[in-house]
Amino acid sequence: MALLDVQNLCISFGGLRAVDDFEIHIEKGQLYGLIGPNGAGKTTVFNLLTGVYKPGEGIIRLDGQDITGKKTIEINKAGIARTFQNIRLFKGMSVLDNVKAGLHNHYKYSSLAGIFRLPSWRKMEREMDERAMELLEVFDLGGEADYLASNLPYGKQRKLEIARALATEPKLLLLDEPAAGMNPNETKELMDTIRLIRDQFDMTILLIEHDMKLVSGICEALSVLNFGRILAQGETGTVLNDPQVITAYLGE
Amino acid sequence: MKKLNKTTKNNLVTYAIVIVAYLVVMLLGVSGHISSLMEGLLVPLCIYVILAVSLNLVVGILGELSLGHAGFMCVGAFAGSFFSMCTKEAMPAGLRFFLALVIGAVVAALFGILIGIPVLRLKGDYLAIVTLAFGEIIKNLMNVLYIGRDEAGFHFSMKDTLSLGLSPEGKAIINGPQGITGTPHDASFTIGILLILLTLFIVLNLIHSRDGRAIMAIRDNRIAAESIGIHVTRYKLMAFTLSASIAGVAGVLYGHNLSTLTALPKNFGYNMSIMILVFVVLGGIGNIRGSVISAVVLTLLPELLRGLSDYRMLIYAIVLIAMMLFNWSPRAVEFRERYSLKRLFGMWRNPEKQADR
Repeated sequence: MALLDVQNLCISFGGLRAVDDFEIHIEKGQLYGLIGPNGAGKTTVFNLLTGVYKPGEGIIRLDGQDITGKKTIEINKAGIARTFQNIRLFKGMSVLDNVKAGLHNHYKYSSLAGIFRLPSWRKMEREMDERAMELLEVFDLGGEADYLASNLPYGKQRKLEIARALATEPKLLLLDEPAAGMNPNETKELMDTIRLIRDQFDMTILLIEHDMKLVSGICEALSVLNFGRILAQGETGTVLNDPQVITAYLGE
Repeated sequence: MKKLNKTTKNNLVTYAIVIVAYLVVMLLGVSGHISSLMEGLLVPLCIYVILAVSLNLVVGILGELSLGHAGFMCVGAFAGSFFSMCTKEAMPAGLRFFLALVIGAVVAALFGILIGIPVLRLKGDYLAIVTLAFGEIIKNLMNVLYIGRDEAGFHFSMKDTLSLGLSPEGKAIINGPQGITGTPHDASFTIGILLILLTLFIVLNLIHSRDGRAIMAIRDNRIAAESIGIHVTRYKLMAFTLSASIAGVAGVLYGHNLSTLTALPKNFGYNMSIMILVFVVLGGIGNIRGSVISAVVLTLLPELLRGLSDYRMLIYAIVLIAMMLFNWSPRAVEFRERYSLKRLFGMWRNPEKQADR
């Protein structure tokens, strides 16, 4: 059974049908791309999947569990984590604390233990530090653990956001334009990182991207959105050569 | 691990500043260098420090502007004083005051939850205005509240003392605009300092725990906080309630420092809330140690300037502006770093290393 199974997903804003009859099936371990021209509704799909918007119609199933219409927090607990198109880090906190915030629901101790520094606080904080450092090392951010998140260069902020999302131990990772604003070298590095995440964390990844080199380089399957509707779907090579897709991107 | 040590060290410095200040004041007191005017200021000083730290929890750590803090102080003051009046004869002073502090904290926390649930749905300016309104409502409610006690138990009215219907032996405890009279004078500078240390302990440890991280994550980016599974409403309410209950403790201290407790615009009005906010802003939003220092400086300043009579408030205002510039202007920050104690100290200890910078 597919890890993510979405059927007949719709949402309207006023009279505009932003996403119409969207469906997607992602297998475990797949690297899946969601592409389309600007304003096609890609980020809206992400917001529907993560509970930011409530779908008007449709069913979203994650690993067999129905998560349609649930709250963002519950969906994260069920196993979907995401990054944002315009980076949303906790800018006033250290790099390490950003990741530790991501560990919030996996290392618990009571408020009293925190305030009175009971042994459980000490133990859990130590474990959190270790786990967070492990994650930072994967993204080569270990040396910057003490920096304020806002002081990181752009490319590293993107990486930190992915690290934070992974800290919540998701089954499915959604990346919203991870390569936006990166130069070709950084993009290449990012492609390696994304592959690494998939292999090392055994992760399923759905990503939105405009950079065709990245999409054709790492995505195994694609869905193309245009005006909120699916234009084409299937293996990357086939989809990218579809005349309809080429028309949508380049015009007649 | 290195980072943990750094924050722990930072916290210890804050505690140390408070303890050293206490010892200095005590020494001055013993050697007779403190005027009676100053002596009268010591407990209010503690009250303002506690209030500033607690408001910083909402403004600096949670990132929401609350202008109703005097209201929570008011609730705490009346709850604590009411309890002390009821048990004046029944209990030894120490235990009674301890319980009064607990009751003040709990009642203020309840009001914090009650007000927080609707108010925390709002953001920014709207939240500020609504908290301001709630603060005023609390103050005005206290002005029409009459509670008395006789053999039959408690009597309650919102009209006047007569409508309480007390028997001849009965006594009105809360007397509307006249407030509570005859509260035992339990507050002292030492207790005030202990409460400051307790407040700092709770707030600083909270900030460096799982809950504190969640609260700051919400401050920095609510949407991202939700996306990683942080319960936004719960943690907002937690910070707001804790802050209210600490303000309540400050209120109890206030109530037990005066023989008559009334809810006037002067002590529980929005002027008070704004003044606490001024402490927080000038000490640095989110900077707990800064709140402590600025509350002390800004409370002492008007008294120290009393000799200048007419120009007092003028100079006070100028000092406010100067402090703000000193804290925030980029050039002042650079200047401060260049001549900071730490750097000068390092230079003296290790001249070559610092010289080439």
